Amino acid sequence: MGVYLPSVELIARVQRGEPAAIGRLISRAESGMAEARDALARIHKLAGRAHVVGMTGVPGSGKSTLVSQLAQRLRAGGDKLGIIAIDPSSPYSGGSILGDRIRMSDLSADPGVYIRSMATHGATGGMARAALEAVDILDAAGFGVIILETVGVGQDEVEIVRASHTTVVVSAPGLGDEVQAIKAGLLEIADIHVVSKCDRGDANRTLTDLKQMLTLGIHEQAPSDWAVPVIGTSSVSGEGLDELLGAIARHRDLASDTDAGRARRKSIAEFRLRKTAENLLYDRFNAATAAASAKLAEQLMRRESDPYSLAEELLSTTLEGEGDHERDVHSKSA
Amino acid sequence: MSQPIRVLLAKVGLDGHDRGVKIVARALRDAGMDVIYTGLHRSPEEVVTAAVQEDVDVLGVSLLSGVQMTVFPKIFDLLRTNGADDMIVVAGGVMPDEDVVNLKKMGVSEVLLQDTPPQLIIDTLTCLVEERGAR
Repeated sequence: MGVYLPSVELIARVQRGEPAAIGRLISRAESGMAEARDALARIHKLAGRAHVVGMTGVPGSGKSTLVSQLAQRLRAGGDKLGIIAIDPSSPYSGGSILGDRIRMSDLSADPGVYIRSMATHGATGGMARAALEAVDILDAAGFGVIILETVGVGQDEVEIVRASHTTVVVSAPGLGDEVQAIKAGLLEIADIHVVSKCDRGDANRTLTDLKQMLTLGIHEQAPSDWAVPVIGTSSVSGEGLDELLGAIARHRDLASDTDAGRARRKSIAEFRLRKTAENLLYDRFNAATAAASAKLAEQLMRRESDPYSLAEELLSTTLEGEGDHERDVHSKSA
Repeated sequence: MSQPIRVLLAKVGLDGHDRGVKIVARALRDAGMDVIYTGLHRSPEEVVTAAVQEDVDVLGVSLLSGVQMTVFPKIFDLLRTNGADDMIVVAGGVMPDEDVVNLKKMGVSEVLLQDTPPQLIIDTLTCLVEERGAR
């Protein structure tokens, strides 16, 4: 793409599945540039066919390796597959090293697999800001299954469940006792549990703990006749991978045309709406308060005032700015 | 908020020396860039597929095995057939002076040899991306 192409002109090429156009539009979505908004709105209309599988778990639990192996099996079945792999940004420099591709090198020569690495760039919840736009773009490009792999998460980054049709939580053996398994948070959100590295001796214990945890309660979001499976996998022997594929396919069929499936899709839409609004608000807040916050922080440091009062003051500068903006909009429409 | 510069660092062929490329990756990360590292032993096809999918600003290929004059022509061919000829390509590693001249003729934007200080690599990439402008 030698010359600068307007984003709307990339749409047809995205629909034809041209990798360079897909890549460029994802970059523009990531940059948040206003020029791309129109194109992304049209892409959003074109999307909606793909099955989005969220893959999450603690760092080093084997998410990327599992994604790679699932992808090879899905490809054997003929599905075109998109993968969005998210890694953390440095809190200091803002830079990142995105290394998920290394574990996916078996896929790298296959044009039916599109892998995109994304950095969190300050987003929380294990996701990147433009991850859902990237899902739309791959969806519109005809990728039937899209795997969204979160950063390695802790216990509380559960946004993925509001972004995917099927959520797989990957646990590695040996990370805690049975009380870990009944804590709130990450383990609650799984539609499918995977215990990776099952070739290791202590894996059975983790499998048992998770299974017992599941018998203690019912899953909030799952279709009522969905029993959350706990599947042991091994990337060394290939154990459990077909079982996992089968479980994803069953969950997809079951969730697509049931009340629970519709409720899930609605909750996904609502999350996206609120998250987008939140991002817009966050940007405006940052832009409006950049100058004032250093001065107020100085006052806080010297204990001349308290955090709440100063925060209210900081907020009022944003809201004033917002008010002006509102008035502008109204006076223009009047 | 300006977007971090995206860089893909690749090792091609049978070259197993990756200490240098890892140091560069770390330096670029600390300069605020998003760095995608492919790992060792990639083919030109794999590298270009990854660079196009990732839509990187800069493709950096590290070579310490002396095969630059066969690898880079392939990379440029593949970039063209993939419609990604606006990508900045940078070579790094150990190579003879006459190759440096020829690589630049071929379209390599900069050749950064083994004794290049990290800050100079950062400055060079930043400069190249600024010169290219919006895309």
